[in-house]
Amino acid sequence: MTTLKILKYVLYDVLRSKMIIIYTVLLFLITFGIIYTGRDVSKAVISLLNVVLLVVPLISIIFGTIHFYNSKEFMEMLLAMPVKRKSIFWAEYAGLSIALSLGFIAGVGLPLLIYGGDLSSLYLIIAGVLLTFIFISLAFLASVLNKDKAKGIGMALVIWFYMAVIFDALVLLFYYMFSSYPLQKATIVISALNPVDLARILILLKLDISALMGYTGATLHNFFGSAFGVMFALGFLMIWAAGPTMLALRVFNRKNF
Amino acid sequence: MKRIYYILIILAIANINICSKDIIVRPGGSIKSVVESSEAGDRVIVKEGFYKEYEIVINKSIELIGEGNPTIDGISKGEIIVIRADSVTVKGFYVNNSGFSGMRDYAAIRVENSRYCTISANKLVNNYFGIYLAGCNDCTVIYNEAMSNAISESSSGNGIHLWKCSNISILNNTITGHRDGIYFEFVTSSLVQNNSTFRNIRYGLHFMFSNGCDYENNVFTENGAGVAVMYTKNVKMINNRFENNWGANSYGLLLKDISDSFIYRNTFAGNTAGVYSEGVTRLNIVNNNFTANGYALKILGNCTDDTIKNNNFAGNTFDVTTNSSRNSNFFAGNYWDKYKGYDLDKDGTGDVSYRPVNLFSKIVEETPESVFLLRSFIVDLLDAAEKVVPVFIPETLIDDEPSMERVD
Repeated sequence: MTTLKILKYVLYDVLRSKMIIIYTVLLFLITFGIIYTGRDVSKAVISLLNVVLLVVPLISIIFGTIHFYNSKEFMEMLLAMPVKRKSIFWAEYAGLSIALSLGFIAGVGLPLLIYGGDLSSLYLIIAGVLLTFIFISLAFLASVLNKDKAKGIGMALVIWFYMAVIFDALVLLFYYMFSSYPLQKATIVISALNPVDLARILILLKLDISALMGYTGATLHNFFGSAFGVMFALGFLMIWAAGPTMLALRVFNRKNF
Repeated sequence: MKRIYYILIILAIANINICSKDIIVRPGGSIKSVVESSEAGDRVIVKEGFYKEYEIVINKSIELIGEGNPTIDGISKGEIIVIRADSVTVKGFYVNNSGFSGMRDYAAIRVENSRYCTISANKLVNNYFGIYLAGCNDCTVIYNEAMSNAISESSSGNGIHLWKCSNISILNNTITGHRDGIYFEFVTSSLVQNNSTFRNIRYGLHFMFSNGCDYENNVFTENGAGVAVMYTKNVKMINNRFENNWGANSYGLLLKDISDSFIYRNTFAGNTAGVYSEGVTRLNIVNNNFTANGYALKILGNCTDDTIKNNNFAGNTFDVTTNSSRNSNFFAGNYWDKYKGYDLDKDGTGDVSYRPVNLFSKIVEETPESVFLLRSFIVDLLDAAEKVVPVFIPETLIDDEPSMERVD
């Protein structure tokens, strides 16, 4: 009960902030612009892919970290009351994630819906929402691990950079080094190690199917194209959201304020 | 008295035989025996009904006409209609259930060493081979429909199969569910027009050593491995559609050792690879549309002196890929939807050259697993860097006059 009460307050607080309004308007303008100039929704989804895979994680993790440090006093105040730490943490996490997801859905989902989105745009929105939850969870983990705000934001940025860029570069290097081995199955394991890649594959398989159908593509397509594969991807994305949150909660519970 | 009657009857028959006559076969009768007793120039008209017959051998110039689409069922034994004479017409039958053999190529309708034959408006269902022409000249196969239910390549035959023929016209036929839709081997100067082949388990069209043939206005869709053409000179392919051939080994059009040929105004859409060319020389690929393919054009290093001009490349994942760092083909005037250049003098031609091969397609060529990174940020970054200073992609594979607008 107390969780819901705090959640309501957090949600109200975040939705009122300038940052989230700017975020929504920005996404809306980008999406609207891309669809309007391209006049083709499935092409727009390809262009939006990079927005969702880069901008959404970046904003989520930065905003998440800043928000956590900014509401430190509020949390300390609540901790002085007979309120469980768990409730405060969950309320903060859920409130922020829901608020940013709403911003994302309004900014990207609405224009896509107006211009008649197909299955790929639905996957784009689902992937975007899941990435929001994942990167806020990582933001909270970075925040509870660092007392200093600057260090926390630095860590968050490193996490984002690793997920969005470095990981893929390492994978490319890995493929080159082990190119004489069969790596089809390894590819599926690798994809599970990075939520950004997982989200990208999930959306791409609804778009560039013909290219992915080379012989490696065929394994990839058979796996991620099947109902089990979609479940696998969505399942691992949820694990990516839940894992760091649980870890952050453990640290938060024992943290000395 | 009786003897006079007999003589009169014989005289009467002989008399009619001089000019041609119509012989009618009704259900319950035997087409085979009527065909055997007919004379050259006769017209055998088969009335609507069901005939269980096979090995109907036509060895004289007659017309075999089905009225109201009579069905000849081969009850899975051997060949059904075999033509071994010039100027034979077979028209308007449903021919079903030829035999199957691992040793012999049983066909619903086989034409052997004949000239001026016409096979038209037949429907061939569930046969091993549909129409089989061997050693024929000047024949026409028109408005036939062949459908079978092939499961594996080794246990199925081709829809229309030509071996060692010349001057044949294959027009307006529909073929599905066979091994190859249309198969040519050692066929010369023939025309394949307005046919549709789809969902055959191997190739929609397959030809080898067939010089000087024209292929126009055909549609090849969803065939197991698309269309494959090999070891041939002087081919013209005009206005055909190659669509939705998907799979690990599937190509819209696979060209191997083709020379002096012409591919004009075709559409390649939704294929894993639109055109795959290996050992191709002096080929003109002009005014074609490449839309939404995985690889629009795969052109291997052993292709030389080919011209790729005025084509439209739009919505393909990769426009051009190659396995070589050299290029001996000529690209000009194509429309590339990924082109980012400008046109200051407004002459419709981009002022900046375009390199259609990107680094990532080369990476995928070498390590196919890396297709996993398609459209990731790092790949876009590498491509952008490579575009500015080409190191890995063939420097001379370049379109110096890219079109700003789609080419008609």
